[in-house]
Amino acid sequence: MKRITHPEQLITWKNRLLERHAPGKKTVVISSGTCGQASGSLQIIEAFKKELEKRNLKDEINLKMTGCHGFCEMEPNVLILPNGVFYKNLKTEDVPQIIEETLLNGKVISSLCYASPKSDEIISDCEAIPFYQKQKRLLTADNVRLDPTSIDDYIICNGYQALAKVFFNMTGEEVVEEIKKSGLRGRGGGGFLTGLKWELCRKEDGEPKYIICNADEGDPGAYMDRSLLEGNPHSVLEGMIIGAYAIGAAEGYIYVRMEYPLAVKHVTRALAEARTYGFLGKAILGSEFEFDIHIVQGAGAFVSGEETSLMASIEGRRAFPRQRPPFPAQSGLWGKPTNINNVETWANVPLIINKGADWYAGIGTKKSKGTKIFSLVGKINNTGLVEVPMGITLREIIYDIGGGIKDGKKFKAVQTGGPSGGCIPADQIDLPIDYDSLTKAGSIMGSGGMIVMDEDTCMVDIARYFLEFTQEESCGKCVPCRVGTRQMVDILTRICRGEGKEDDIGKLEELARTVKAASLCGLGQTAPNPVLTTIRYFRDEYEVHIKEKSCPALACKDLIVYDIDPKKCVGCLLCKKSCPAEAISGERKKVHIIDQEKCTKCGTCLDVCPPKIRAVSKYTGKKMDKILKKRQAKRDNP
Amino acid sequence: MKKILKDFSRNQKEVVPILHRVQTEYGYIPPESLPEIAEHLKISESEIYGILTFYKAFSLVPRGKNIVTVCMGTACHVRGGPQILDEMERDLEIKSGRTTADGNFTLESVNCLGCCAIGPVVVVNGKYYSHISVQKVGKLLKEYKST
Ligand SMILES: Cc1cc2nc3c(=O)[nH]c(=O)nc-3n(C[C@H](O)[C@H](O)[C@H](O)COP(=O)(O)O)c2cc1C
Ligand code: FES
Repeated sequence: MKRITHPEQLITWKNRLLERHAPGKKTVVISSGTCGQASGSLQIIEAFKKELEKRNLKDEINLKMTGCHGFCEMEPNVLILPNGVFYKNLKTEDVPQIIEETLLNGKVISSLCYASPKSDEIISDCEAIPFYQKQKRLLTADNVRLDPTSIDDYIICNGYQALAKVFFNMTGEEVVEEIKKSGLRGRGGGGFLTGLKWELCRKEDGEPKYIICNADEGDPGAYMDRSLLEGNPHSVLEGMIIGAYAIGAAEGYIYVRMEYPLAVKHVTRALAEARTYGFLGKAILGSEFEFDIHIVQGAGAFVSGEETSLMASIEGRRAFPRQRPPFPAQSGLWGKPTNINNVETWANVPLIINKGADWYAGIGTKKSKGTKIFSLVGKINNTGLVEVPMGITLREIIYDIGGGIKDGKKFKAVQTGGPSGGCIPADQIDLPIDYDSLTKAGSIMGSGGMIVMDEDTCMVDIARYFLEFTQEESCGKCVPCRVGTRQMVDILTRICRGEGKEDDIGKLEELARTVKAASLCGLGQTAPNPVLTTIRYFRDEYEVHIKEKSCPALACKDLIVYDIDPKKCVGCLLCKKSCPAEAISGERKKVHIIDQEKCTKCGTCLDVCPPKIRAVSKYTGKKMDKILKKRQAKRDNP
Repeated sequence: MKKILKDFSRNQKEVVPILHRVQTEYGYIPPESLPEIAEHLKISESEIYGILTFYKAFSLVPRGKNIVTVCMGTACHVRGGPQILDEMERDLEIKSGRTTADGNFTLESVNCLGCCAIGPVVVVNGKYYSHISVQKVGKLLKEYKST
């Protein structure tokens, strides 16, 4: 392939690719992002390769390895084209049958299909699965269509058309206007208007200008940026090149967290291919515009996702944040005007240019436009990445798309916005999800993590978890954040241990106010949010921990015991054999007993005790004291 | 070291990439490599020391033959991540962040591996294990104990 130097050449090339590409051809599409590979997708691919070879079907049936399709709970999974059959949780043994029955004879194997957890109805057609039905997959649509290591696949999916349109039909100013008009807001957390940010940087005089793609994705529980970079890296690159043209930047950086090796691999390859095709480097698309992108890997520091820290990190310094203003647009990388956006923000850009700002602004709510990708994880049936229009209700996400709570448990809360966010309680289930409604509920949109919690999750423990997280990740530069979060962690740890004091809630609220007001960067300013929202919505849970020394969710290790009911135990040895701490004694057909001294409270005995018997229970508070006394009496007086 | 440094320019922005390369090559950052890196980039040794201790990725002591990383992210937390780490610590008889006396294992935790849908997640030497339970820990570690 030679360089593409004109938009018409891009069209010609796309048409040539389309000719070679037989659309009706039987194809097995394998979801193979990091999560797919962790679930065994590579072995499935190998099995298909071998089997197709054995049967001499290599020319008849295509194998396509793509990025993540989003339905991660069902991995490894495949999509069979052209009929759109979806098979889930595959094992290598299933492969010959799929080839024989589905690919060769057109029959659906119902045992491999998705079954509705409510009605057991078998749904073979991928698009008919409720998980996909209510989604609006715009950014993630091509993840099932393209091999992320092939720029040609991206071109077939209309890739780099937006770039061509911008370069030959629009001025930089017009591009900025278009993005402004679309109403796109940053997907990295703050929700600042992207077009406005570009305009500020464009108007600055300094040279050279830089642009940055923030792929540090520090929020635990969120992985949409990984999925985009792994599954469709060129869409992010195209967005960046358009941004560079609009702003007048000469160089770009993608800052990827080190925990994402596959994303780094795919982006590195995409950059090389884009250079070969003339989309990066000198004379892009035959124009006078020159721009290139470098990839930089993080080194495991949460604070480096904050924009000023991130720039310090790229410059080869410790990732300390600094006071703003000056904003990056005025003084960013090496003191030059810099525009920084999140991965998902950049990926929206080609879409807006291709389909127009008006079309884009028609999706979503008044002040939050377009779609948002959420990672729906935790105690929910259909975990995965979901892309939905802004303004969809929490109920639709959790029940229609997510299929409800795991194991028939009760929905308690959903955590959004990571360590800067908060917990939204079950009674706000009809909340429409957009930037402003989430903020009003005490949380934030953040990067899009949605961690679903059920009755077994303790909200005080969650608050402690997040404060421990921010405490650990606090860079230590400013005192309120460093010391304040430490004190908050100490109090929360005490409460979880049953050593809470009357005035602890008040103290927490006071510390929260100070840390919020006096911290230097967003990390400290938002760190108290998980505590404040849990106090706001779950104050009674704090009070029970403090006053009754008990954990209603039966989660805080120091406040619970596991116990075997002698009336129910049949002496099957299952729990005894699986207890890793060897804390259970008893013989076959005799009642088993847990040695509380040795018990590590890992919960294995409860998990393995057969559902028909259910001899193992957890206790807290007064009930716990009663059970312990009863067992002690039995031992003293057998 | 000379060979590694040849691949990098002398701009300070190369410091983290150099440290990553050194750690990949040696498994840790040998303290004796610091003067050479400092000389190459024309910055002080103490500055490099400050940078490498700031970032969690880098280790100044040799690490174990097998690196076990347990996810402590929110999604894994609500599905039992802490119990997995507890069990790992108990089984290997070391605290997280440490290396066993025989040098066979280093146990580490991480904030999130981006596989939140299939948690709890554990990674051993770059290989991902999903849906880990306390029960599976012993068997998983055994695989690597014999090697
Ligand atoms: C502590 C902290 C961590 C952050 N981590 C990230 C991150 O991992 N990814 C990200 O895109 N933005 C992160 N941000 C937000 C960035 O500072 C910045 O606002 C964002 O990259 C701007 O891009 P956007 O306008 O496209 O959202 C973080 C902010 C703070 C305060
Ligand atoms: S929370 Fe464990 S992989 Fe994300």
